[in-house]
Amino acid sequence: MLTGEETLEELVCETTVEIKNAEGLHMRPAMKFVDVASQFACDITVSNDEMKADAKSIMEMSMLAATYGTRLQIKAEGAQAEEAISALTDLVEVRMFDEPPPENASG
Amino acid sequence: MKFQEFVCFEATIPELDNADRDAAIGALVSALAKAGRIPAQSAREITEAVIKRENEASTGMGKGVAVPHVKHTAAKKVMAAIAQSDAGIDFAALDEQPVYSIILLVSPTDSPDDHLQAMELLFKHLQKERFRKFLRQCRLPEQLEDLLTEADEDPSW
Repeated sequence: MLTGEETLEELVCETTVEIKNAEGLHMRPAMKFVDVASQFACDITVSNDEMKADAKSIMEMSMLAATYGTRLQIKAEGAQAEEAISALTDLVEVRMFDEPPPENASG
Repeated sequence: MKFQEFVCFEATIPELDNADRDAAIGALVSALAKAGRIPAQSAREITEAVIKRENEASTGMGKGVAVPHVKHTAAKKVMAAIAQSDAGIDFAALDEQPVYSIILLVSPTDSPDDHLQAMELLFKHLQKERFRKFLRQCRLPEQLEDLLTEADEDPSW
């Protein structure tokens, strides 16, 4: 019997991202996150210290209440897991949801 | 954060008769002004800002609930007003279904974290079918206050 990591279908990828836009993960960023996550077939979850949210559910993503500076763990399982993690990391940390960082942030 | 800290029960609208989306938003903002939570002279501007935000992307999250919101300098702290509609209102919701419970959230511009905390609490409960059902049945401000106080105090909610 194969264990998860041995088949392509069960590919698992994980990463940690940090919220860098000033307003945090409010509804609009959460919607962008869900939009990007929904482009991939794999299961994606996002966790903080307290809960785990389905990355394709706007309600669950809003419940993370991730403020500026919060670190979130993203886990993708299944087809295109790597691509999904890469696209979501780009959205959160590079594009910062197309929102500005805090005014007093140094970088 | 608790519901009791930010929901303005005096601004409850038990039944939005025949209101469309924009009228419902206007009614909720007026109710907050009437309850003294926002200055009356800011009501129109806040209503327009909420509608503008709603036009950019619907806050109708599906399952018959919408959470229109805006950040505005006239708000000194996060506040919410809640309305019900028996007939259901077209909010261009994600699931394309009518909205029966509307929770308007007005937040100050300088405390994004409080806004997130309020949203977290709202969605934590709105996710539950039982809560949505009870919310829809609140026909008096007192019933709403009872429901939300119970949700605040009973961790099993």
